[in-house]
Amino acid sequence: MNPHRHTTVIQPAQNWLAINWRELWEYRDLLLLLVRRDFVARYKQSVLGPAWFVLQPLIMTVFFTFIFGRVANIPSDGNVPHSLMYLCGLLGWNYFAQILQGSSTTFTSNANIFQKIYFPRLVMPLSVSISALFTFAIQLGLFFVVFAYFKLFSNAGSTFSLGWQLALVPLLIAHSAILALGVGMWMSAITAKYRDLTHLNQFIIQIWLYLTIIIPVSSVPAAYQTLFQLNPMVPVIELYRLAFLGHGEFDPTLYGFSLALSLLLLITGMLFFQRTSRTFADTV
Amino acid sequence: MSRPILEVDKLSKLYRLGTVGAGSLRESLEQWWRQKAGKDAGDDWIERAKVPPDRAGPRPNTVWALKEASFTVNEGETLGIIGRNGAGKSTLLKLLSRITEPTSGKATIHGVVSSLLEVGTGFHPELTGRENIFLNGTILGMKRREISSKLDAIIEFSEIGAFIDTPVKRYSSGMTVRLAFAVAAHLEPDVLIVDEVLAVGDAAYQKKCIDKMREISRQGRTVLFVSHQLSTLANLCDRAILLRDGQLKADGPSREVINQYLNIGADHSGRTVWEDRDSAPGDDIARLRSVTVTCDGLPTDNVEIDREVVVEIEYWCLKAGARLNVAFILLDSIGTHIFSSPNLPSARLGDDQWGYEPHPVGLYKSRITLPANFLSDGMYLAHIGLQTDASHLNAWAANAVSFMVHDTGAMRVEYHNNWLGLLRPKFNWSTDKLD
Repeated sequence: MNPHRHTTVIQPAQNWLAINWRELWEYRDLLLLLVRRDFVARYKQSVLGPAWFVLQPLIMTVFFTFIFGRVANIPSDGNVPHSLMYLCGLLGWNYFAQILQGSSTTFTSNANIFQKIYFPRLVMPLSVSISALFTFAIQLGLFFVVFAYFKLFSNAGSTFSLGWQLALVPLLIAHSAILALGVGMWMSAITAKYRDLTHLNQFIIQIWLYLTIIIPVSSVPAAYQTLFQLNPMVPVIELYRLAFLGHGEFDPTLYGFSLALSLLLLITGMLFFQRTSRTFADTV
Repeated sequence: MSRPILEVDKLSKLYRLGTVGAGSLRESLEQWWRQKAGKDAGDDWIERAKVPPDRAGPRPNTVWALKEASFTVNEGETLGIIGRNGAGKSTLLKLLSRITEPTSGKATIHGVVSSLLEVGTGFHPELTGRENIFLNGTILGMKRREISSKLDAIIEFSEIGAFIDTPVKRYSSGMTVRLAFAVAAHLEPDVLIVDEVLAVGDAAYQKKCIDKMREISRQGRTVLFVSHQLSTLANLCDRAILLRDGQLKADGPSREVINQYLNIGADHSGRTVWEDRDSAPGDDIARLRSVTVTCDGLPTDNVEIDREVVVEIEYWCLKAGARLNVAFILLDSIGTHIFSSPNLPSARLGDDQWGYEPHPVGLYKSRITLPANFLSDGMYLAHIGLQTDASHLNAWAANAVSFMVHDTGAMRVEYHNNWLGLLRPKFNWSTDKLD
């Protein structure tokens, strides 16, 4: 027999801060296959298939443009067409929301698997953050189509342009993934213990959406602008708009605060998640 | 070769009873409020929850699902784990599979562990058979490369054939199980932990599973196996441990441990008498009084293989007119049912004045005769039942008596080696010369 590569010691947690990174790395193939599963399942399952990822932001954009642009008369940043502003916001938001939604149900929706087999549970939320990238890519394509349409065929074509901040988009993606995973893992750990809070998660995501992408910071009364930007997703979405439309607020302090808060949530969320996963099977 | 590969040292797991911890925020708040209001009083929870005293945990509403279990398994051993439901088997498996964490104690595994508490964990109906092999394989801890190299073998073993690229949702349940087991069968861990996955599927499939497990253990891998099918377990495992009420009660050769589990041994004998009629097995209609194994009219618990055995069952009829009959069930030492014989007109040889006839109130004695040269040598035990109208069970005495059949050598004049089979009757033989 081979010399033993592994020695596993099973005992009560000596230090619940410890995360076994080496083991997580060992399961990288599982991570990739879970991403693939999400991808395949999502495209096979729904009637509309991938079309849904194009339709969903389009419908939301039309809805927001009508309600908030026309009816509520919320001004857009630098007179950019409302639809473009909302589509840009949704592009950033949807990636965030998809991870948040997916990771917040890690325990409740995988209970039957977690009861039967061990693997590092962190693989689950991580796979969600990767598979959400596919949706992001599709919606990015959609955005550029709409962008080109407005640029070429509308009078507002001169009000917007791509900014140098486009180079920061990978950072923005990472930032929103960090925040979404942080909050999502907190939620998943809490709902693992208190199932009845699952509905609350949905509610939080809804409210958060409206607090983030409806009103551009420039349209918020000056007195509330700082408060408004304490929502850690606002500086991220503003930077998305700056990158894709050339209009948006960027306050390094507030952005820094958002990033710091995201990292804090990620670290604490991961530890809480890890702690929950140790004995989750007992509470099912 | 016989290095320890699994060392379990005082492994314990404490569980909270009831709905606590399983549910909602409201329940938690209620719980907190009760404690605060001092309504959670004293030790009466132990009585209320019917927890065996030595199983009660240190805090109210806690029980030891597993208490200080210690044992060592050497490389290449096949260990069976025996116990009733709730004895702590699943807890032990969950701890060793790392699905949950122990409360105290420690287990060290020197090698790669795979655990199969079910087959097909994580199967996704939308994915094809091939895709699910990869997904399930990686969940079980295999690498993608490893699966690729075994893919053909897995597909062949599953007997799925051309359907391998069809989504699993179109498979029959049998196909799904076969595919799932095919993946599991190609794991190559140092230690394999198997729960009663074998209980699913048809007989042919089960045989395939058993054969595969035997092959795995022959390859020198260590197997931990839990099953209620004691005969399978005895067959597959050299050694077994017995869990009862969360504690390890026995550890030794599997047949001995199985005997202990079935409660055969010192405290059992060829005669059981229930002195107090009111607490004897039974109800208002009928109760047992005694069960006795006899040979030549004398009570005994040792009989010779070429002697007739008569089991006498005394019972009370407490309600006039009850149409009573006794039922006799014989088991071997690992709990295999050998036969059942109810005293019913269509199921017995000859006549009986009372079997399945209305009984006046009184005390009765039924006898069942097991012919000479019928049983093999070894330990046997019997369950006794009393029923009315051949449908309602009034009394039941599990393992009521046990007795040992000894080989006298009467049938071994010519042949001296191992004699296969649960029974050892003599049959008529005839041989003709054809050519």
